[in-house]
Amino acid sequence: MTASLEPANSISFAIVGTGGAGAITAGSMLIEAAGKAGYYGLLTRSVGPQIRGGEAAALVRLSTKPAACMSKEFDILVAIDWKNADRFIGAMPVAEGGLVICGPAAGDPPRAIRETDCTIIECPIGELAKSVPGGRENMISAGLVAELIGMPLEEIRNVVSGKLASKGEKAVEASHGCLEIGAQTAAGFDHTCRLAAPEEGSNKRWLITGNEAVGLGALRGGVRFAAAYPITPATEVLEYLSPALASVGGALVQAEDELASINMIIGASFGGRPSITATSGPGLSLMMESLGLAAASETPIVVVDVMRVGPSTGVATKSEQSDLNIAVYGFHGDAPHVVVAPLSVSDCLFTGQWAVHMAETLQTPVIVLSDQSIGQARVLIDRPADITFMTRRKPFDADGEAYQRYAITADGVSPMSTPGQAGGQYTADGLTHTERGSPSSARSDQKEQLDKRHDKIARFNFGNHWGITEGDSARATVILTWGSLTGAAREAIDALQDEDIPVRLVSLRQISPFPEEPLKAALAGTKRLLVVEQSYSAQFYRHVRSYIDLPFEVRQLNREGPYEIGPDEIVTKIREWNDQ
Amino acid sequence: MNVPNLKASNFKSDITPIWCPGCGDFHVLMSITKALAKLRRPPEDIAVVSGIGCSSRIPAYTNCYGFHGVHGRSLAVAAGLKVARPDLTVMAMSGDGDGFSIGGNHFLHARRRNVDMTYIVMDNRVYGMTKGQPSPTTESDWDSALSPGGTGLRAFHPLVIALASGANFVAREFSGNIKACTQTIVEAVNHPGFSFVEILSPCVTFRPDEKEWKNQVHEASVAETDDPARAARRIMTDDGMNTGILYRGPRKPYSASVSDEVGDVSALEQFFEI
Ligand SMILES: Cc1ncc(C[n+]2csc(CCOP(=O)(O)OP(=O)(O)O)c2C)c(N)n1
Ligand code: SF4
Ligand SMILES: [Mg+2]
Repeated sequence: MTASLEPANSISFAIVGTGGAGAITAGSMLIEAAGKAGYYGLLTRSVGPQIRGGEAAALVRLSTKPAACMSKEFDILVAIDWKNADRFIGAMPVAEGGLVICGPAAGDPPRAIRETDCTIIECPIGELAKSVPGGRENMISAGLVAELIGMPLEEIRNVVSGKLASKGEKAVEASHGCLEIGAQTAAGFDHTCRLAAPEEGSNKRWLITGNEAVGLGALRGGVRFAAAYPITPATEVLEYLSPALASVGGALVQAEDELASINMIIGASFGGRPSITATSGPGLSLMMESLGLAAASETPIVVVDVMRVGPSTGVATKSEQSDLNIAVYGFHGDAPHVVVAPLSVSDCLFTGQWAVHMAETLQTPVIVLSDQSIGQARVLIDRPADITFMTRRKPFDADGEAYQRYAITADGVSPMSTPGQAGGQYTADGLTHTERGSPSSARSDQKEQLDKRHDKIARFNFGNHWGITEGDSARATVILTWGSLTGAAREAIDALQDEDIPVRLVSLRQISPFPEEPLKAALAGTKRLLVVEQSYSAQFYRHVRSYIDLPFEVRQLNREGPYEIGPDEIVTKIREWNDQ
Repeated sequence: MNVPNLKASNFKSDITPIWCPGCGDFHVLMSITKALAKLRRPPEDIAVVSGIGCSSRIPAYTNCYGFHGVHGRSLAVAAGLKVARPDLTVMAMSGDGDGFSIGGNHFLHARRRNVDMTYIVMDNRVYGMTKGQPSPTTESDWDSALSPGGTGLRAFHPLVIALASGANFVAREFSGNIKACTQTIVEAVNHPGFSFVEILSPCVTFRPDEKEWKNQVHEASVAETDDPARAARRIMTDDGMNTGILYRGPRKPYSASVSDEVGDVSALEQFFEI
């Protein structure tokens, strides 16, 4: 994209610097300003192996349409310094014809940059910052980027005023000064990289991460208790929920481990409070036994698993979709439960709320499979719609008859009493039990209770929330995916459309129970099916195949993390197929 | 809600315990139901939470709300319940294996956290339910099929560890002394914060030697204290058969709790608007 005259609908930039340089702050301010100006966008951070004081980069993509995933290449890279950049610069390759801005004092650009066909402009970022009393390099960088992409400086000035208000007028003035100088400097470059004007009538935007959105969704669903043990990349769910719960009369308890956190939420839920925990693969593994207890004792709980690269400690800061097997099949015994996956950052809100609704209505554990790629991405979205589910546990009304906690009913759901309710006393049990709840090893009790726990889920109306289909049903080529890769698939389909290759999208939000009938119907007319997932062993494909035949030409695009499957790869795969 | 004239039988369920005749846990059940009657709270306001083991079968034998969970996690279930429902009286129950071995980590942190509840461990110094393996409190030379000749490991000292990790009330009782057990459970429940009562409760089947306990236990000859160091010294130097309330401390219970207020979630949404 050399000095392109045609404004682009999507532009990506990275700001790199050592931990204290404020690269992330600059990126955050730019994305917020873009949101106010009516753009969409997405921010992720890349941090080096050192937790603090190491290198940090803000990766930002701004666009005129909703952006679901980060670009694989960057149009602009601003390096405040190159310290240790070699170690992580591979994650942010500069596009051919792209622009790299770095200070002469910052040292030589890393090899990966020198070997790219891009423009490198030396710009004394440090000197420019020093020319303003109290000036900082990250604000010079923000000014540079704003000018290059053609974003009105006024927007970012306002954001800076708001963010730095608490630091006093001097700090605001210094930052404004730096923004001006950065912008003036960039105006002198023989290179622009304009972002097209935002679409008219753009809605009010939210700036939110998937981890925050799933927490807010849970609160909307009625969650008032959480217990958890910190783990990357799920910690932000907990850090969001802790004060948020307190503000609505709830509480979050930091537990000593995941064995405790899952059991604490089981206890709280038994007490009548909708409850949640969030974790990642290692924590989910620890929770498995007690998830089975929740299933057997019919205690509603929601467990959010923000998936990361596994197995074992894997790569804690990167994404994979490889916990499908444990979430669906990891229970010992036969333990019907629900597994769902948000399709995007904004869908984390819906899916979080829906999960609570199902847990409460079905008195069962619900596992939400989010992942690092959406959990930790900060995204500009349209304000999500308000959704109302009629969420409530089937109540127990004391009517004189002896209470049977696990009574067999038409829909498989039994009335659930709440401690404090006279006449509703029972002992919740993971032992095989009678309808009343007393321990039993009778063949008939095992069968009846398994049947009821199966039936309540099988008979539940999942509505049209099982997944999405997009594109004309006459299109014979279909991409089938699930969860967070929906956005990449959608972008690939848009790009293929521009090449006159029509493709349809089918993506699953409901993983278990498997939405057999809706999926079969959605796939009607398919000739070629590409199954896309971020899993080395194709867990999703195998899961689908264990329920339905795929009587089409089928190809797979499945791979382990940490390198995320992007639209480019999907496009290439389909294009190759199309050419054959 | 205080209700007058409740009897122990109001707190008993009609389920017949699976315990062996002579098991100490029968007496513990009696003491608990008697204590609950004295506390004058109706059974629906009491929750009895347990893990897995012979002793952990106890919730279903009461007429309270009960939760019989997985092995070792009774304290976590109980803590979640109490924080979510501060209005309830919450009691957690374990065996020595459930509480000190598989649940050992929670044993420490429940005391640190000091949620207002009562924890009763029926210590028979053996895994009863799995038919006679050594537990953390078993003597090092106790012979068993799994550890012939004994484990060679020093026995764990639950009361000292409870004190060291911040328990607010520490007592030891013998199941056979129903009167003392009952009174101590009442005191434990009434004391704010985390109360720990170890009840020596013989396993007549796998530890027939424990039938002798009734002749070995004796009431502590010194009064309780509020000085944890003194209490620890006393416990460390006694013969393990001292009974009574050993320590009662002043720590404030864990404060976070969930209220019935509905709360306005929409107010939280402004945070994301730009
Ligand atoms: C995760 C798990 N591991 C092992 C067991 C088997 N198990 C059941 S009870 C028990 C020990 C019980 O001992 P204790 O807690 O002292 O109770 P007691 O039976 O002596 O009253 C064991 C090991 C289990 N149920 N769950
Ligand atoms: S095995 Fe021991 S602990 Fe278990 S019921 Fe029998 S006597 Fe009691
Ligand atoms: Mg035992």
